[in-house]
Amino acid sequence: MRVPEDRASAASFADLALPLFDQLYNFALWLTQDKAEAEDLVQETYAKALRGFSSFQAGTNFRAWIYRILRNSFLNSRAGLKVTVVIDEEGGDGLPAVSSTPESLLMEQATREIVQQALETLPVHFREILLLCDVEDMSYKEIAETLSIPAGTVMSRLSRARKALRVALSEKKQGGGRGL
Amino acid sequence: MACNEWRDKLDSYIDGELTPAEAATLGAHLRSCAECAADGLQRVQMKRAVQIAGKRYEPSTDLRNKIAKSFEAKSHRGIAPKWKFALIPALGLLAAAFLLTSYFGRERREQQRVYSELADLHVATLASSTQVDVISTDRHTVKPWFQGKIPFTFNLPDLPGSEFNLLGGRVAYLEQVSGAHLIYQVRKHEISVFIFQDRGDEMRSLPSGPENAASFNMQTWMKNGLRYFVIGDASKEDIKALSKLLQDAG
Repeated sequence: MRVPEDRASAASFADLALPLFDQLYNFALWLTQDKAEAEDLVQETYAKALRGFSSFQAGTNFRAWIYRILRNSFLNSRAGLKVTVVIDEEGGDGLPAVSSTPESLLMEQATREIVQQALETLPVHFREILLLCDVEDMSYKEIAETLSIPAGTVMSRLSRARKALRVALSEKKQGGGRGL
Repeated sequence: MACNEWRDKLDSYIDGELTPAEAATLGAHLRSCAECAADGLQRVQMKRAVQIAGKRYEPSTDLRNKIAKSFEAKSHRGIAPKWKFALIPALGLLAAAFLLTSYFGRERREQQRVYSELADLHVATLASSTQVDVISTDRHTVKPWFQGKIPFTFNLPDLPGSEFNLLGGRVAYLEQVSGAHLIYQVRKHEISVFIFQDRGDEMRSLPSGPENAASFNMQTWMKNGLRYFVIGDASKEDIKALSKLLQDAG
């Protein structure tokens, strides 16, 4: 990692960036699904963020900024290029209708593991938006900044992602998935 | 308002994204509509389940130490305390100089950041086992491959008779925007050509001409609303020659 010229900015960078380490790693591994790639991605993110810290504008959202760097680095990685797809935001979501109510199944017997397995089956663009909203507790505005998409698209993509997750959970039930 | 319209707002309600007035109105409806309330409850449970399931991975101690050390290293590079007082007047002068040069310095840093990013992309691609996603020496194969993948089109030069060979292309991202990344070969050197759409931001302020990024030779210019970067470890002359071919084609 390159050393910045300005110690003060390095100190404030550390203050802002280090507390996000665990979350960034969790997000990186959800994206890559590979431990080594996630570790490389986190290190690359910190190196790039430090190098570009002079362009970060104080008072703007640092968390969205560094997550955007991580996601961008992921998209440029070999693993990321494999999952890059053109997303039709306006068209139908191509998901089958949900006949049962998987939420009620969740109430009864869902476990953390089952939801994790269902999340793994989702396309990356659905998985990442669910993680940013529900795990990272980002506002729609922060998500829009992180993913570089309009706020309206955040709402529609999130809605489609949640529907896809319900379908995935429902399929686990129909496929005799463990515990469901 | 019909129930299905309320339900369209349920996610935003649960995510805390409605205005206080909207949230109050929806809250009142939920108290009077058992079906919507049940739907809302299920969505809350789903959100909570994702919240728990999503916190899944913890970084290794090795990685934690590696990152922490990279920051520690910087704090030890400070100036020895006994020199600090002697430096105060000098710092005053430096501050004045800094004010004069900060604007230009900031602009230059921004340029260097973009160049470093491109150098990273170039190196990472060459290190990859799959350097290109479309493998072809034929510009009539490579150019159409980008259709639908990037938000613009571009022209590529015809190369017969030149020393340059087109190896293929891939999609690259710079500042969250997709663009074309082409790889050319001259003798044993591989050269990256990046093409991005002009977004009217800092890219426009980049100077045209030869540059240097992480010891790579580079040439950049703007033409027809597109920003071109040619970067590689080939000689300045080779970079310039390939740039000329691209400029004439574009």
